Amino acid sequence: MSAALSLRNVWVEYGDKIVLERVNLEIEEGAFVSVVGPSGAGKSSLLRLVLGQDAPSRGTITLDGEPLKAQCTPERGVVFQRYSVFAHLTVLGNTIFGLECEQAPLTGRLFGARRRAAAEVAHEMLEAVGLGDALDLYPAQMSGGMQQRLAIAQALIKRPRILLLDEPFGALDPGIRADMHTLITRLWRERSLTILMVTHDIQEAFSLGTRVLTLDKSRVDPHAPNRFGATVVYDLSLERRLAREAELASAVQVDETQARELISDSSITIDTISNK
Amino acid sequence: MSWLKGQSWQGYVKGNKALLGLLPIIALALLYLVVAADRNAINPNEKILPLPSAMVEAMWGLVFERDQLSGRYLFWSDTMASLQRLGLGLLISTLAALIVGLLLGVLPTFRATFGMTVTSVAVIPPIALLPILFIVFGLGETAKVALIVVGIAPFMVRDLAAYIAALPREQIVKAQTLGASTWQLMLRFALPQAMPRLIQALRLSLGPAWVFLISAEAIASDVGLGYRIFLVRRYLAMDVILPYVAWIAILAATIDWLLAAGSRRLYPWAHGSGH
Repeated sequence: MSAALSLRNVWVEYGDKIVLERVNLEIEEGAFVSVVGPSGAGKSSLLRLVLGQDAPSRGTITLDGEPLKAQCTPERGVVFQRYSVFAHLTVLGNTIFGLECEQAPLTGRLFGARRRAAAEVAHEMLEAVGLGDALDLYPAQMSGGMQQRLAIAQALIKRPRILLLDEPFGALDPGIRADMHTLITRLWRERSLTILMVTHDIQEAFSLGTRVLTLDKSRVDPHAPNRFGATVVYDLSLERRLAREAELASAVQVDETQARELISDSSITIDTISNK
Repeated sequence: MSWLKGQSWQGYVKGNKALLGLLPIIALALLYLVVAADRNAINPNEKILPLPSAMVEAMWGLVFERDQLSGRYLFWSDTMASLQRLGLGLLISTLAALIVGLLLGVLPTFRATFGMTVTSVAVIPPIALLPILFIVFGLGETAKVALIVVGIAPFMVRDLAAYIAALPREQIVKAQTLGASTWQLMLRFALPQAMPRLIQALRLSLGPAWVFLISAEAIASDVGLGYRIFLVRRYLAMDVILPYVAWIAILAATIDWLLAAGSRRLYPWAHGSGH
């Protein structure tokens, strides 16, 4: 697997205040990276760096080998906790927005056949997130969960190289949050997305991610709290756990089918446990 | 029982909202009638609080008969002249607010350059500028329209610019990650988000706009609602002034209602439960 995004010795400083220091990070294609850490440990700063909202004060960030411009560009999709969708556009309007910006530089709007084609793409995307029946609703008419579904569809329609999630499910009810976890996992698998998710919820970080990063200050000077910045203190790969889970799941299936075959062949009842 | 929203009374209030709103106005009118009848009973030549019959008599000539001197229906030519000045003033102010407010709100460079100028202009009392406007534009229509624009445009510009500048940063970042250029950001995000707010600012500016219109007409004019009431004031003609004031109130309320209804219809997303 190749590294899609890589940060080399990245620092973020605001005047005397050091927020991030010595961050070295390689995020390979297809990874689902969760970022956790205490408040003020630079989680948001890291996200802003990757998003292009801020430039690092030292070090380099590359996306597919190319240096990352300090600008928000369509290579990076984003879903925020709030304000991710446009209140003045309908569900369809929100989703089609990215296509319209690309195809109509001057008016920002599509008409006729081109609009229908774009609407079809958008509709497909909305079906995938479960909003196929809500095309004409405005965000104010939808629940928080539906709005986040819309925000995901809106971002994915641009086929971003990396999808950034900034506590995307933090404001949702536990039940809705579980639904959203299923949705994002399915989209990540089906569309082989590369995802970087910042979250406060450690359980969420471990259940969704293939890799969990913890940001924190590795050195603290009690007399000058801003002297040292945060960096990656733990980098846990969950690939092995995930692989084992997949193995177990398939193993159980095989056992069952074999057992059934045996039952149908011999037409007698087999107690699988005592026969072992 | 509670007087708050969402309680048992709400259903009743909802069905009779217009009626409920009219109650205080009817009460005021009744109070006026009682006091006026009282004074008229004592003094048949009462001028300060005329009875409705006297008002109808005085207004009849202005509304339905041509003026012998100018050959115009004075009431209607006053109304048309005032509405034209007001409409032009509001239109120019709205366009200025939209363009300047949008630029100030979206572009930090523009805000840094012109923000202080707009603020400085906004703190000058517009009436203090009226002599300058009369000197520069003469005593014609231009000066009156200019006074309305000078009076309300700075407020509208500042209100809109502040609103746009305070739109969540996340939305702008999101638009940019969806490939929006600065131009598209203005056209497809800032402009539509600003429209309901602009209409709201316009509604709030209607009161001051009328003040400046009546002032300008009172000082130098030969036609207009403000001109007429200041003219007949010399004869203590309350039987003309009161109907004119009521008419101005009706016109102002209608414009306000039209703007509110238009905003709800055009921008349902900005009016919460309205859609």
